[in-house]
Amino acid sequence: MLKLGVPSKGRLMEKTFDWFGSRGVGLRKSGSDREYAGAVDGIDGIELVLLSAGEIPRELASGNIHLGVTGSDLVREKLANWDARVAELAPMGFGGADLIIAVPQAWVDVDMLDDLDAAAAAFRARHGFRLRIATKYHRMVREFLRDNGVADYQLVDSQGATEGTVKNETAEAIADITSTGETLRANGLKILEDGLIHASQATLFRGRRAGWSDEQRQKLKALQMVLGIS
Amino acid sequence: MPTSPAVLTEARRLRDLFAAKGAQVVKADVLQPAETLLDLYGEDIRGRSYLTSDPLRGEMVLRPDFTVPVVQMHMEARADPARYTYSGKVFRKQDTDETRANEYVQVGYEVFDGQNPAGADAEVFAAIAEGLDGLPVRAATGDIGVLMAAVRGLRTTEDRKAALQRHIWRPRRFKALLGRYGGKMPVPETRRALLAADDPFAAAGPDIGLRSRAEVEARIAALRADAAAPPIAGEEIALIDAILALRKTAPHVLSTLRDIAVDMPAIGDAVARLEARLESLSDRGVDVDTLDFEGSYGRTSLEYYDGFVFGFYAVDRPDLPPVATGGRYDALTAQLGQGRAVPAVGGVIRPDLVVGLSC
Repeated sequence: MLKLGVPSKGRLMEKTFDWFGSRGVGLRKSGSDREYAGAVDGIDGIELVLLSAGEIPRELASGNIHLGVTGSDLVREKLANWDARVAELAPMGFGGADLIIAVPQAWVDVDMLDDLDAAAAAFRARHGFRLRIATKYHRMVREFLRDNGVADYQLVDSQGATEGTVKNETAEAIADITSTGETLRANGLKILEDGLIHASQATLFRGRRAGWSDEQRQKLKALQMVLGIS
Repeated sequence: MPTSPAVLTEARRLRDLFAAKGAQVVKADVLQPAETLLDLYGEDIRGRSYLTSDPLRGEMVLRPDFTVPVVQMHMEARADPARYTYSGKVFRKQDTDETRANEYVQVGYEVFDGQNPAGADAEVFAAIAEGLDGLPVRAATGDIGVLMAAVRGLRTTEDRKAALQRHIWRPRRFKALLGRYGGKMPVPETRRALLAADDPFAAAGPDIGLRSRAEVEARIAALRADAAAPPIAGEEIALIDAILALRKTAPHVLSTLRDIAVDMPAIGDAVARLEARLESLSDRGVDVDTLDFEGSYGRTSLEYYDGFVFGFYAVDRPDLPPVATGGRYDALTAQLGQGRAVPAVGGVIRPDLVVGLSC
């Protein structure tokens, strides 16, 4: 038996069901709408597990589920060394959103990471603390800024309404998910030209945890054949 | 993971060895205030250390090394010169390699003595080498002081030099800045447009956030001044590249650096110090003729070395982290000393790796 973890509600769940359905694998919730149990039609040996999208990376890494659908951003954020622990089987073409760095439009001198770094140095000298970037994607932002040699900033946690933190003066810049950039503009922010950290989309992942049986490997092959993603 | 008796015995042996050289045995709290480290290293420290919060004391960190607490202790005691040794566990997150230990013992030897810096460099290197005597290890050395002196000696604006100094430990950004200042990298279109605009603020959105209009204007003025300054000469950049590319035995490096110093006199003092250090090392029985020197050794983030740097590596085990590391950290004492600075150099050995190589 292979356990397939799928987001348990909302558009992400519906789109996932559509994606599998159009490829000949029927996924559906069984029982009442409130239950998180599911059923699979069109192929044997796959068990559907409905989970919060945010928990799927962890469950894949621990081996509690074998396959899972979640945002590629969540996998990168929640799993250290993610590509050693899960493998991408198929990008699914929906749930697209970009994790970006945005600064106030009033910062006409800041369009690139290079500018952000210079502004951060001057900001720290002037204000006595490191320039604050509000985000909930701590790992990805930190690694991105480290790889690009940006210094003298600090991350402040923001789990929602991140676009408002600059106006509220709890941060100077933000790193957040956006699909159209509309909310950013409405809040007086602009995206740095080279500030794209990750272009995320819903993706089918396989856990890399060792200990798959031959039967499970064959089951995966069969599923990949049916889905046309092998 | 509990430390094995063999590792504890080895740690004791090393600490006793350093104590016999006149070092005072010191201890440090396992939980340290995180603020100092965050001020020094920024957010990167979160990826490398275990941070936690205390309801009364704020953010705390499981000590990632002893250097910072030992420097703080020394700056408070105000007794120069001083030598210290310690033995205890340090804690490092291993984000990418699960096989690397995330807690291990370090035994250190730190010298705060400004009388003869080259002699102190050699003293620490020789003490660490003595601790590793008989093991299949090779030493790598470098000198960040030479690179810093070369940057200070560039014929360009103070702002550019400050920006390069700030990124000495971030090789990628350093290279990019050097390319920009040397006119090798094109000016980004956005900056060209900004500097050409009659009113740079024509399309500016609402003034929000703490960074004020005046700060933006100040940066635009700095960008204009930078655009007006001539590029750093290609010959000077070639000299920096030559320093970074050095990878030979110490005597060869010394002779190459002397040649470079003819065109770049600013590194003269740093080269003289390297020469004095090699003499001191030789006096202490180190075979400097075979000692490796790398021009860019020690340039990694989360480091604080600003002069002599060294590491000892297992000869047949390139997969292992260095068995011992060390270097000079004068600037760190200045940052932690609230206006006071004491020349300082130190090194640490990992007894767990020593034990692993001995059997």
